[in-house]
Amino acid sequence: MKAQTKFLIGGGLILATVGYLMASGIKETGVYYLTPSELAAKVRTDHSFYDVGMKMGARVVKGSIQRDVASQTITFRVTDGVQSYPVVYRGLAPDTFTDEVDVVVEGRLQPDGTFRATTLLAKCGSRYEASPTQGGPRV
Amino acid sequence: MTDLGNIALWVALLIGCWGSAVAFVGGRTGRAELALSAERAVYVTWGLLVIASVGLMRALLTHDFNVEYVASYTSRNLPVYYTWSAFYAGQKGSLLLWAIVVATFGSAALLANRGRYRELMPYVAGVVLVVVTFFVAVMLFASNPFERLGFTPPDGRGLNPQLQNPGMTIHPPMLYLGYTSITIPFAFAVAALLSGRLDTGWLHAIRRWTLLSWLFLSCGIVLGMWWAYVELGWGGYWAWDPVENASFLPWLTMTAFLHSVMIQEKRGMLKRWNVGLVVGSFLLSIFGTFITRSGVISSVHSFTQSSVGYFFLAFLLFAAVAGFSLLYYRWPELEAEAKLESMVSREAAFLFNNLIFIVIAFSVLWGTLFPILSEWVKGTKVTVGPPFFNQVNVPLGLLLLLLTGIGPLIAWRRASPGNLKRQFRWPVAAMLLTAVALAAARISDGWAIAAYALAAFVTTTVAQEFVRGTGARHRLHGESIPVALGRLIARNRRRYGGYVVHLGMVMLFAGFAGLAFKSDTEATLKPGESVTVRSPYGHAYRFTHQGVSQYEQLNRFVSAASMDVWRDEKYLGVMKSEKRQHMDSMGRPTFEPSTEVAIRSDLREDVYLVYAGSVQGTEEAVYRITLNPLVWWVWYGGVVLVIGGLITMWPGDAPTAASRRRAAPAGYVAQVTT
Repeated sequence: MKAQTKFLIGGGLILATVGYLMASGIKETGVYYLTPSELAAKVRTDHSFYDVGMKMGARVVKGSIQRDVASQTITFRVTDGVQSYPVVYRGLAPDTFTDEVDVVVEGRLQPDGTFRATTLLAKCGSRYEASPTQGGPRV
Repeated sequence: MTDLGNIALWVALLIGCWGSAVAFVGGRTGRAELALSAERAVYVTWGLLVIASVGLMRALLTHDFNVEYVASYTSRNLPVYYTWSAFYAGQKGSLLLWAIVVATFGSAALLANRGRYRELMPYVAGVVLVVVTFFVAVMLFASNPFERLGFTPPDGRGLNPQLQNPGMTIHPPMLYLGYTSITIPFAFAVAALLSGRLDTGWLHAIRRWTLLSWLFLSCGIVLGMWWAYVELGWGGYWAWDPVENASFLPWLTMTAFLHSVMIQEKRGMLKRWNVGLVVGSFLLSIFGTFITRSGVISSVHSFTQSSVGYFFLAFLLFAAVAGFSLLYYRWPELEAEAKLESMVSREAAFLFNNLIFIVIAFSVLWGTLFPILSEWVKGTKVTVGPPFFNQVNVPLGLLLLLLTGIGPLIAWRRASPGNLKRQFRWPVAAMLLTAVALAAARISDGWAIAAYALAAFVTTTVAQEFVRGTGARHRLHGESIPVALGRLIARNRRRYGGYVVHLGMVMLFAGFAGLAFKSDTEATLKPGESVTVRSPYGHAYRFTHQGVSQYEQLNRFVSAASMDVWRDEKYLGVMKSEKRQHMDSMGRPTFEPSTEVAIRSDLREDVYLVYAGSVQGTEEAVYRITLNPLVWWVWYGGVVLVIGGLITMWPGDAPTAASRRRAAPAGYVAQVTT
């Protein structure tokens, strides 16, 4: 067999493996990214949508943050201006987490309508450019 | 001065338009006076951008808060060394920095090469001018740093405290230098395609410039990781965030190019591929700017979302169409001169190396763009996180590490069994020994074992090269061992510098693999209370909370929590983590409180301590303690990588492409030992 043919076979094997890894990676770790309104629409049409892992991007409602340092639990409400959801998060909040910032919460919507978040990422407002803001605990 | 800066930008726009036009006409018609005019246009544009930069710098340093940019990013009580870093803290200032950096590199490239590649230089000047003019136009029409407010505020809004860090004063300029200097190899590639001078001569110039931007980009990325680690307090340094990925993508394609260009120099293969890589790297750097500035992809890095992103999208499309049409136009002339002869050869190792770099780049691009792609196809955004990138890239990275060991040692064309045995006996033994030792030590993470075994393999190949080369000089020339080693490196800078870069990569991989053993502990402690944490090495760390103290310092109010730390009952010292509330000059709080992490680092592991807050007004504190093995290796791996790059780049008596090519068929092995 010619060397070039062998290389094509070898390259093809690598590409196939990577293709498989990418497809399975997206299937296993891909999560929906929704706004509160989109989430509400999903839940209305599909009741099994509770307890599915997802990310929700929204803004923290002013004055809604309640911190309980002893149990390290933070509860707050997020909204996109139309729909709003209460969020419960256990863990350390990033420095930038405060009233009216944009946050991305990752977690599951409970049947009682609260969003139980496992990670909390906060963006900073317009005064922050050219560098990353704080992430929550990530790997 | 501010008005002068603004005028300088307008003049630069006019000169840039004129220069780009005459450059291409001059290159096409061969009229020397037009070419000269274009070259001068580059220098003049550079001078005008210097004036504009001095204008902005002066506005910052004199606190001219009537200028919107100055009011947005500085304040009266900001220390002066951070005031000048505000130059690139915002989008408008960074655009000016980009423009002046491209103009500087462009002028330097013209000055350095004007005598050598006569037919290419008008086109090089033309491409540089088009890029610079684009940046100037974006500033003038969408994002002007000299824009004035209708009133003059008494004080500015200050610089974000997370940017008030020494790492932040050098990380962005390094990244910008890396991003922008890709323009020069791109300009040379376009020039070669336009002029039809496609011999290996221009490759020499292009390779050095690519190496330079690769070096800046590497520095920028590692500094960014370091900054994220010491400043952000989440205990990691890489999160596969879109903005990080955007800097990683051109790095991957440039690294691929720096390898595949050797195949072209030695064997005349991969010509089309190499031009494609140079064009692709430039496009990826523009693409990175587009996704970070336009807000099309949600990132925790929040840049101001503005129309600027769409200027970049338009420019990206223009550059892509222009670059690839030219490549297509010269396609027949870029025919390979040789064919792959054997799978067991250096060519094959390099081909696989390139394939893997590109596949990594593709998977990172795919993961980064997936939210947009899924929204187009299915109507809902689906995001992928670090698990996706790790699942795909860990195996690929390890395969690449294996090739790092094989590529430089295997013979060109076709390796004989003798060559393989001679080169790989010891490295393979070291690899197996490491794997067995780690398995015996009950390390359960298979990927980590593979990483360390391969690290041992590559390290042995590099050590073997240095030992054999030095030994040969010692025997043949009667030089002492240190002299022989020094001359060995000095006479073959490109090759041995490359080995040092590889060693740096091995150290980085060793550090990355340490992440498999990271541990996080959260604890709420009253003063005097302790918590004990076990490290992956089996050490017991004991932390005792001393208390929280509060005081004012410079432009901030500080709450500091301190811990006494013991390792296996041996006292290590005090670690202090802070929460800082920054103030403006009137003593009002600005920004959200920021965290100062306490880090105790050694070769084996980092103790990373974050004070997360106190329980309502008491000294009872919440801590997060992270034990992070081998992080040190990442930072010093980066340093070694840069040293290796500098050795490779050091100017001097580089052998000509022709002489290298004559020597090539005999292979590297023969070159050293005979």
